Amino acid sequence: MLGLNKRDTTLLIAVAILTLFAPFILNPFPEGSAMAQFNAGYPDLMQRFVIFGIFAVGFNILFGLTGYLSFGHAAFLGVGSYSAVWMFKLLSMNVLPAIILAVIVSGMFAVVIGYISLRRSGIYFSILTLAFAQMSFALAYSVLTPITNGETGLQVYNDDPQYLMGPDSPTATNLFGLEMRSTYTLDIGHWSFDFNAGYYMCALIMLIAVYLSIRIFRSPFGLMLKAVKSNQQRMNYTGLNTRPYTLAAFVISGMYAGLAGGLMASMDPLAGAERMQWTASGEVVLMTILGGAGTLIGPILGAGFIKYFENIFSKINDTVLHQWFAFLPDGLEDFMVFIVHPFIGKGWHLTLGLLFMMVVIFLPGGLVEGGQRISAWIRRRNTDDAEKANGKTKPAE
Amino acid sequence: MDAIILQILNGLDKGSAYALIALGLTLIFGTLGVVNFAHGALFMIGAFCAVTLNKILTISYITIDETRTDFLGNPLKVENTYIERWFGPEIGSAIIDWSVPLAILFSIPIMVAIGFIMERGLIKHFYRRDHADQILVTFGLAIVLQEIIKYFYGANPIPTPAPEVFRGSFDFGMLLGFDPNVIIYPYWRLVYFSFSALIIGAVFAFLQFTTFGMVVRAGMADRETVGLLGINIDRRFTIMFGIAAAVAGMAGVMYAPINSPNYHMGMDFLVLSFVVVVVGGMGSLPGAVLAGFLLGILESFASMNEVKTLLPGIDQIIIYLVAIIILLTRPRGLMGRKGVMEE
Repeated sequence: MLGLNKRDTTLLIAVAILTLFAPFILNPFPEGSAMAQFNAGYPDLMQRFVIFGIFAVGFNILFGLTGYLSFGHAAFLGVGSYSAVWMFKLLSMNVLPAIILAVIVSGMFAVVIGYISLRRSGIYFSILTLAFAQMSFALAYSVLTPITNGETGLQVYNDDPQYLMGPDSPTATNLFGLEMRSTYTLDIGHWSFDFNAGYYMCALIMLIAVYLSIRIFRSPFGLMLKAVKSNQQRMNYTGLNTRPYTLAAFVISGMYAGLAGGLMASMDPLAGAERMQWTASGEVVLMTILGGAGTLIGPILGAGFIKYFENIFSKINDTVLHQWFAFLPDGLEDFMVFIVHPFIGKGWHLTLGLLFMMVVIFLPGGLVEGGQRISAWIRRRNTDDAEKANGKTKPAE
Repeated sequence: MDAIILQILNGLDKGSAYALIALGLTLIFGTLGVVNFAHGALFMIGAFCAVTLNKILTISYITIDETRTDFLGNPLKVENTYIERWFGPEIGSAIIDWSVPLAILFSIPIMVAIGFIMERGLIKHFYRRDHADQILVTFGLAIVLQEIIKYFYGANPIPTPAPEVFRGSFDFGMLLGFDPNVIIYPYWRLVYFSFSALIIGAVFAFLQFTTFGMVVRAGMADRETVGLLGINIDRRFTIMFGIAAAVAGMAGVMYAPINSPNYHMGMDFLVLSFVVVVVGGMGSLPGAVLAGFLLGILESFASMNEVKTLLPGIDQIIIYLVAIIILLTRPRGLMGRKGVMEE
């Protein structure tokens, strides 16, 4: 279907079903129950899932395919956000021109940065991209204040021109009148499910983004990028200039990041320089590695995983912990709370750092590899069991 | 002229910090071939050694002085530190006053121990993985170390004063025949610069003039051959990792009075120090030191008002800009060796 083979089609359909039914899947616990804090089905968080999913999928096109580790990808996200907010300020609150401009501007930005950075590889490339991102961050904070509004962050004011704004145009971000924040709440028994217009727009865009990423992975172009990753020198010796290919990958992934930034601004018309800081770049690296770099589904899993646990872990506090460990004797209960306390609430970054180290050390392929290992283990055990059940061993060959 | 001298002086202390961290980074990279993103965290831990010692020394008990009363008319509670009780008021307060220099002694064993644990426990397993993996795992470690410090010390900067003697400023201009109060330079920054010059000199002397240093240099040049000669080069490299950690730690201890330590100071310095290493040339110790001072001074020149009016914002980006230009024109950095980090 759509030029994909059977496996990829299944994957795409699975992603589509997951995103479309996310409001149900992420809200498995009834309202008001003790487990309700594990629900993640509210619009704000679901939007973040898919937006960061797009960001990570784009990053994976560069890092997963070519092996070039960019430490400055958040710069494109920031540029995308700024250009989107400028569209809101100049034209109207319609998100379509904003998203288109975000992709175009960040793409151009990526051409410039990529053209320079890709002259070097390995750690030099990482440092160059990091330097560019930090430069953009510093400039956005200081000199470019007329464009970026400095520390306050760029936002839409009442006296902005907004040339396309009619007298009865909505003042919130919208897609031809459909407001992004409009939410339909479905109540079934104790459960309540939120269907948010903004989320579904982002989800649709993410599906397109994933589809394109699958096509890139399976195309001759993608194959060329994989060859660059496995042995660039050999590619050069065959007389092939790899730079146009890597540059194309860099620009595509920059445009994905810009798209994510534009969507972020469309959900909430704000843009701040901190979106470009190198910790933000580090975050997308984390997502991609955690999910599994170089795999199709990994980055989305990683983005969802990190954003979900960031949200949940930050919410848990000592009172909740005391409830959990209430079945233990008092002394032990306090001890357990004491042990777990540093890892929750504000300590979420500690958990994230540890988790990240564990993944890099033990599971370089990320969650996807973990899943593959588990399924392989189960399959092996099943065949072992089957052989035992047959009551005979294989003859030695 | 006076403005130029002032900016050079201003650049020296930041340059010293860059040079010390970059030196440690290069030592680790040159010996173990590992890109250590957690080096800034070591710098930060060093600064927090100073904070910790200061806190330990000022642990106090409360006595009630019956002869005096506070504003409510109750007997006055007087806080006394244990140090003053044990050593007498004069020596006790002097020890507290000198807590930052004392913290150097306190930090060396801690930093060396942390360095050993890091190398044996984690880095060792990453010799043969590619640089991306090394960057990622040490990046994770840096986050963890930073969060641990944040957990114990909070997110706010903790002021850590220098000894009383060094708190004033030194009128450098008088010495060179300028008018008074033209070139004023805080004493502590002067101390910091001399201290880092001393450390850098010591590291170079250690590598250049001792047998141990000679073996390490041989190992940096050709690890395999040195191993074949029956020398346990891995153990020596581990020791070098400890030394590099101690250098970063001492740089942090001494930096505490200049900039109150907070948990993310390491990351702020790390990014810049990496740029310094790359500008100096990956794997080149003199290059790291040279580039550290050079970039520190350039940065302070760029923050002069005259320059800023000419090129607004240049002070924020000068280091990155220089790094980009250097990397594009001299790919090996200022003093990089051939064959290091070239795929």
